[in-house]
Amino acid sequence: MKGTNAVFRKEMSLYFVSPIAYVAIGAFLFLAGLFFQGILAEATEYSMRAAMQAMQFGTPFEIDVPGETMRGFFGVTGTILLFIVPMLTMGSYAEERRRGTMELLMTSPITDLEIVLGKYLAALSLFLIMLLPTALQMVILFKASDPVPPWRLLVCGYIGVMLLGGALLALGQFVSSLTESQIIAGIWTFLLFLMLWVVDFVVRGSAGSVAGDVGQYLSILKHLNDFIRGVVDSSNLIYYFSLIALGLILTLRSLDSMRWRRA
Amino acid sequence: MIEVENLTKQYGAVRAVDQISFRVDKGEILGFLGPNGAGKTTTMRILTGFLPATSGTARLAGFDVFENSLEVRKRIGYLPENPPLYPDMSVEGYLDTVARLKLLPSDRRKARVDAAMEMARVTEKRRELIKRLSRGYKQRVGLAQALVHDPEVIILDEPTVGLDPKQIIEVRHLIKGLAGDHTILLSTHILPEVSMTCDRVVIINQGRIVANTPVNAPGQDRGTEIVMVEVKPGGGGAGQVRTLLERIPGVKRVRTEPPEGTGRVQARVECESGRDLRSRIAADLVAQGHELLELRASRVSLEDIFLQATTQEPVEAGATEKIIAGGER
Repeated sequence: MKGTNAVFRKEMSLYFVSPIAYVAIGAFLFLAGLFFQGILAEATEYSMRAAMQAMQFGTPFEIDVPGETMRGFFGVTGTILLFIVPMLTMGSYAEERRRGTMELLMTSPITDLEIVLGKYLAALSLFLIMLLPTALQMVILFKASDPVPPWRLLVCGYIGVMLLGGALLALGQFVSSLTESQIIAGIWTFLLFLMLWVVDFVVRGSAGSVAGDVGQYLSILKHLNDFIRGVVDSSNLIYYFSLIALGLILTLRSLDSMRWRRA
Repeated sequence: MIEVENLTKQYGAVRAVDQISFRVDKGEILGFLGPNGAGKTTTMRILTGFLPATSGTARLAGFDVFENSLEVRKRIGYLPENPPLYPDMSVEGYLDTVARLKLLPSDRRKARVDAAMEMARVTEKRRELIKRLSRGYKQRVGLAQALVHDPEVIILDEPTVGLDPKQIIEVRHLIKGLAGDHTILLSTHILPEVSMTCDRVVIINQGRIVANTPVNAPGQDRGTEIVMVEVKPGGGGAGQVRTLLERIPGVKRVRTEPPEGTGRVQARVECESGRDLRSRIAADLVAQGHELLELRASRVSLEDIFLQATTQEPVEAGATEKIIAGGER
């Protein structure tokens, strides 16, 4: 796996000189921060109103502010990722093809699988680096809460977001391998994510039918919901890992077809 | 070192490379000459393991390029037509990256990167970002990239394109200096490049090899000496001139053509190699009462071979010029 390591290092060093990575990370953190603040404020206000009502009518009424904030935050993070991940992946193969460096990689003594894994792991690492600062918000939330909210919500939430991100990255890199233009790759990736997002909405009329069930199953954010509620369900794990495997295998096929196409 | 046998590459209905066979010995520089679209790049891409061939075999250092692709790739340094550069990296950082991709052991990496920069003369730009370099420097960084892992075989696709004349000479010197330890295959559509750099030339046209011949240094014997003569015949006309020339020992073939209406005869005399028959020809012609108007030595040049090989079909004069000069771009 020396080849994977070489590709990984190359990718990482390029990420940190490319403005796109900084813009994407900056945009993500700005949006995540904005929504976190908004959700927290709303949950706090709601809980205060509820407490006042409870005093007025003498009925006990409790709102789990940190829990609501976390659930809301992970949910909105999933949605933000659908917009940010295309920026992270659009160039990963398209730019190499445009610059002619794909030829360098593909004539180096490393396998196509090593190239695909190296690039995927690098994108995943960048994604985790992007996610890391949101932990700061969680630290503040945990410090300010009494009693401390259940850790389960936090851990499961992050696992869900990482799996979602991992699946989006694999699919995004595949789309990037299909074209020489990173703009086109970005647009197609975003359209694909949009489809996966709204597919349950599109087929909602046919609920109960096969198409309806398939649509429900494919919907990419639906599978995040269980994680957000603190539940790790194997069907969701299978869903995300299948998407990751699918993305990587398709990318590998795409590299193979580059060797057969007329250059 | 490189053995290619009946290699064919088919793209749909188009045959880019058609049953070509050639070999390059260790330490040799082979020039791959041909007009654009002749199949040079395709052949090189097959050798580097970038493209699979449709049929035929290619072996490099004893390894089959299809079955042992990774072993072959370890031993090849390859500069594609457009140097594969990362514009946001520094020259040194880029070469280090390439050295890693070529799986060079870490203890040799630093020394090899320095050596490659020295050879390609980019050391003074080592810290500079590649995107800030001129075209000539970029090309040299591309060359350094092909050398960094000290490969046995170096494959260069049009290595001097886009360079100014001074840089072209530098690159040619560099390539010549690499021969011996390295086996080099370079492609070009520029004729003088081959005669200046290569030991042997393979001329390829429309996917087929049309000539495979050694290149000799200027002034050396090329197999056949040619003497062009123009005379005003005394008696007997063109026929007599022809018989006279054919009788001179050492002459292989004579072709005469009387230009119309001038009363003169032009003859192309092919002589055996290494024999300078000019004085004999002159003496004999004058002795028979012919007026000698012009006599000049000529030799079969690479250009003749190239033109002969690549213009089997009637081509307009202008188009022929273009092929020699590589008139595209």
